[in-house]
Order: sequence, then structure tokens, then C-alpha cells
Amino acid sequence: MTKPPAPREGMLARLGTLFRTTAFKLSLAYLIVFAAFAFFALGYVAWNARQVLDDQIVSTIEAEINGLSDQYAAGGIRRLVTVVERRSREPGASLYLVTTPAGEHVTGNVETLPPGLLKEPGQTETAYGRGTDGERLDHRAIVRIFTLPGGFRLLVGRDVEERDRLRAVIARAFAWSLMLVVGLGFLGGLFIAKRVLTRVDAMTDITRAIMAGDLDGRLTLAGTGDELDRLAQNLNAMLDRIGELMRGLREVSDNIAHDLKTPLTRLRNKADEALRRNGDPEMLRAALEANIEESDNLIRVFNALLMIARLEAGSARDNLADFDAGAVALEVAELYEAVAEERGVALRTAVDPGLLLHGSRELIGQAMANLIDNALKYGAGAADPVVTVEGRREGETVVLAVTDRGEGIPAADRARVLDRFVRLETARSRPGFGLGLSLVNGVARLHQGTLVLDDNGPGLRATLRLPAARAG
Amino acid sequence: MAEMRLLIIEDDREAAAYLSKAFREAGHVADLAADGLDGYALAREGAYDVLVVDRMLPKLDGLSLIRSLREQGVETPVLILSALGQVDDRVKGLRAGGDDYLPKPYAFSELLARIEVLSRRRGAPAAEPTTYRVGDLELDRLSHRVTRGGQEIVLQPREFRLLEYLMRHAGQVVTRTMLLEHVWDYHFDPQTNVIDVHVSRLRAKVDKGFERPMIHTVRGAGYMVRAGGEA
Repeated sequence: MTKPPAPREGMLARLGTLFRTTAFKLSLAYLIVFAAFAFFALGYVAWNARQVLDDQIVSTIEAEINGLSDQYAAGGIRRLVTVVERRSREPGASLYLVTTPAGEHVTGNVETLPPGLLKEPGQTETAYGRGTDGERLDHRAIVRIFTLPGGFRLLVGRDVEERDRLRAVIARAFAWSLMLVVGLGFLGGLFIAKRVLTRVDAMTDITRAIMAGDLDGRLTLAGTGDELDRLAQNLNAMLDRIGELMRGLREVSDNIAHDLKTPLTRLRNKADEALRRNGDPEMLRAALEANIEESDNLIRVFNALLMIARLEAGSARDNLADFDAGAVALEVAELYEAVAEERGVALRTAVDPGLLLHGSRELIGQAMANLIDNALKYGAGAADPVVTVEGRREGETVVLAVTDRGEGIPAADRARVLDRFVRLETARSRPGFGLGLSLVNGVARLHQGTLVLDDNGPGLRATLRLPAARAG
Repeated sequence: MAEMRLLIIEDDREAAAYLSKAFREAGHVADLAADGLDGYALAREGAYDVLVVDRMLPKLDGLSLIRSLREQGVETPVLILSALGQVDDRVKGLRAGGDDYLPKPYAFSELLARIEVLSRRRGAPAAEPTTYRVGDLELDRLSHRVTRGGQEIVLQPREFRLLEYLMRHAGQVVTRTMLLEHVWDYHFDPQTNVIDVHVSRLRAKVDKGFERPMIHTVRGAGYMVRAGGEA
């Protein structure tokens, strides 16, 4: 780090954050697990080693006893004492003692024993003293005690100092390795935590900057493809999407401002004109009524805008139910039938029965109304004006289509006309605000479906493809 | 239309003042309440013909207010006004005990027409008559027969329902959206004059050949069935 040396408190605070990181806590947890594992593994080794050594000691004693008992059988107590005396003088870990029935020392290299030990024959581990310098029991041994015929007692044993030394070595190794595990684990945890913390801190800094208004800022990737990189990638994608939405929103509000200014100006001018003419009440009345009509149109536009906004926000998802989309298509077609007739358009329907959808009957009705309204509006000028309303099922999809034989929409413009307030030049002269198809598109999306515009050769074919309601 | 006593529960002072003035000019009396609790207290005590309730109110929101009133046995018709105005909100409002629902922004003529229909419904007997009679026009709801001056008029089913709704509210303004709601059971806004065309078809059958029209157009508002008067 190239940061200037922080004051002590800053260091502590920074260390505090380090200790609180997930990476550090995880390392600590692993550390505890591994330390426990090492503890048990080494403990097991130590215990087994001791067991093996003890077995070895016992079998050595066994062999000695066998030898001595041969001597005793051959030459009685006298022979035994001689052999013990000789063996006692040899260097090594072997221990011998022969006492009288009263417990007085006859021969052997063991001087001091805990009182009363010799009275109980058998194998035991005990403290003992080697030298003649008093009562110090400063060694340990495994011994076996026999009572010989005639009351003499024989003790054969082996010092266990070596075993204890081994134990000490193991204990030391144990302590060291534990210290190493803990130390390295702790440092490793700190290292990892710091690495992660540095990257997360960098991400935090960038996100703060973005929140502060720098919406073009993006997180930098380390290029390792690890989970932090993936997170950064997703955050970047999210920021892109938010940016897109923001731009869309800005565009929409610009469009709204622009497109609503026109009718508002018209409204104002009409009122102004009526005032200036200072005419008769009848004329004023007519002007006011025209103004009300114009205002109602504006209200309609706002309602449509609000509805599209809500559809896009997905907040109209409540109150969805199963209903027959075919019936809705027929009902709406019937609603427009009179208008079609008035305009000299043949409105034909070909709708299969039982097209169950899960969704909002109202919204699908509205969407069909918009499509049929459009078809009548733009299809009426054709030589042989026919508008069809079709409904059928294709696998798991309910297909609702409205066609006309008007001028249609050029392929290049078909995606664009789904946006708010987009009106093609050819439509400028006709009433409308360019919201109808946006609304239909919103309804389609709410139902997890699509609105597709195709060439009807001639004319437009608007197709709603919506997932059918699941049976049952 | 006879004078109505209305209670407007609306926290937007300007909107409330506009409404009360407009209602006064239409010949009605309107009290105002600026929050849900005041509105609740007034609605419980006062004998109102219709309550106009904004959905978003301080202290007690509109839907809770209506629910509480209904639990207390207050059956005054309620029209809910809402800036949220979409399909699902309408359903929630009606479920809470509202009788009609009007999204903001709305035209005053629409609000007035709906309130007049609501208030009339309150005075009407529980059971609807089986026959509607307006002047020499008669509609039998059971046999689905319509006669004018004893002469039978043959109507399509939808035309019959249209006339039925208009005649049920004879003497009252019925707006286009009200017709779409009650005759077609859709609540969206028909962009073009679809309703007008249906009404003019009906008018052609009902009024053709008669000196005095039955179905009148109310400019800027809607339609009205009434005996006599000009077209």
C-alpha cells in the first residue's frame, strides 16, 4: 500500500474493518477447525506411541523375568542374588531388587521405593530412587514384583525416562505445529481479508460516486472471473439497464412535454379566440364545449400514459384470473361493429372457442379495442376495406390477431411505433396521440407475451401471442 | 334532479373547493372533510345521499374508511376518487365497499352523472320493476319486448341492454363510460365514438317515425332518456 502512515487510531479502525470482513471470519472458522483437527491427530499419535513403548517395556521385563526364573530354578536364591548383583552393575534402563521377607535390601540397583509397594505382587508403574542419597523418588519405572518361595521378593523393572522424553518431544512438536497453524492461519486470513477488502472498498468507492450522480461510472473488473468479478459484471449490467431506463424516461417526458403542448396550445387559442370575438352567448357556449372536448382528450392521454407506466412497472399484476380471450375478442369486435359499418369496413371474425388466458380481461379487452380501433382508422381508406379479428390456439400460446388492408407500417418502423408518442408521417393527419400500440405492447408484456407487427400484404397484421392458461 | 346532500372527503383543498362549488352550481349541497377521520365522523352522523371519497387521505385512508363505515352499517353510496385509477385499483375499491370508482383526472360531468345515478339508486326500492315505462316507450325486462305507442320495436340483444340501462336511469345523464361499463362490462376508455354509434343505431329504431325523441344527447356529458323535450 502506498498510503501515508495512518495515525494509530485510523490503523485500529482499519484493522477493525478487516476483522469484520467475511473473508476473515471464514478464515478464522477454518483455522479453528484445522487446529482442532491437528490437536486430535497429534494427540492420537502421542497416545499410540506411548502405548507401543509401554508394550515394548513390558515385553523386555517379561524376557528378563524368564531369564531370572531359569537361574532361580537352576541355583536357588543364592544363584539369583549373584545374577541380579551382576546385572545391576551393567549400564542400562533395567532395574532389579531382591529383598528379604522383612523387606531389607539384599541386592539390586533400586534403593528407594514408595513404602508398602513390595507387599503387593504384580505389575505397576511407580516412582523410585536410584542413588543412596536418601529418600528421593526422582525416577519413574514400570516394575513387576514377585514373592519367591521362602518370602524373598524379587522386583524386575525398566526405567521409563526414555518414554517420557519422547512424550516431551511430541508435546513440543505439538505446541509448535499448533502455533504455526494458528499463526499462519491468522495471517492468511488477514491477507485474504485485506485483498478482498481492498477490492470491495474500490467497488464501494465507485458505487458511491455513481450514487452521487456519476451514472456513467462502471466497476472495474480484475479479470480473474471470480465471484467478485461476476458481481461487478452484474452490477455493471444493472447500471446499464438503469441508464437505459433513465434515458427512456427522459425521452418519454420530453415527448410528453412536446406532444401535450400542441393540444394545450390549441385549447388556449380556442378560448382566446372566443374571448376576442366577444360574440353572442351561443358562440361562447360552443367554444367552451369544444374546449371541454379537447380537455377530455387530454385527460384520455394522461390516463393512457398512467396505464402504460403502470403496465411497464408490472404493478397491475394483482387481480389476474382465468378468462376466455376469444370471448373478449368477439365482444370487443361486436363493440366496434357499428363503427365499422358506419365507415364502410367489413369487420370479420374468426375466433376459436375456449381460448383460456390467465390475466386481466379488462386489459386484453382494452388491447383488442386499441388494435381494432387502429385497424378501422387506417384500414378504412382501402379499396376493399376488410378488418379481421382472429383468435386461435397454437400449442401453449393463445394467438389474437387483428388485420387490415390499409397502408400498413414499413418494416423499418415496426419496432419504433411501439414507443410512446411515435406517430408515422402518414398518421399525422389522423386523430390520436401515438399511445395505442404502446399500451397494447405493455399489456402483452404484462401477460408475458408479445405484440408482433407484420405485413398483411397489403395492410397491417397485429398479432398478440400470449401464453395460454395452464389447465386445472 | 332533486337536491342532493353530498360529503366530499378530499385532502386537496383546491380540488375539494372546486368540487363543492361545481356541485352547488348543479343544485346540490356538499360538505367537505379534509382527512379520513373527520370524513368518517361526518359520514356516520350526517344523512348524506352520496359520499365522494378520495383514496389517499391523511389519518385514515379511503378504503379503510369505507370498510369501517360498512362495518358500522352505514350504507350510504360511495364513489371513490383515485389518482391510481386503474383496473386493479377499481377492484380493490369496490371490494372495500365502494359503489363506483372514478380515476383522476376526470371530467366533472362524468362525476356528476355517476353521483346522480348513485343517489337515485339509494332512493329506489330494493327490487327493480320488471317493466320500465318512459312516456309511450315501454320495456319489458322479462319478455325482452320493447314497444312504443303499442308498436313493437325489434332490438338486438345488445341494443336491448343499452335501452334497458338508459331507461333504468331515465331522467339522468348517463355517460359513455357508464354505458360501456354496464352494457359491455368493460372499464376502459373507448378511443373513438363507438358508444355514440351504438346509441344512434338504437335511436334510429326507437325514435324514428315519432315526433318526440326519447333518447337525448347531453353535450359534453352523455345521453339521457326522457319523455318530451327537444332532441
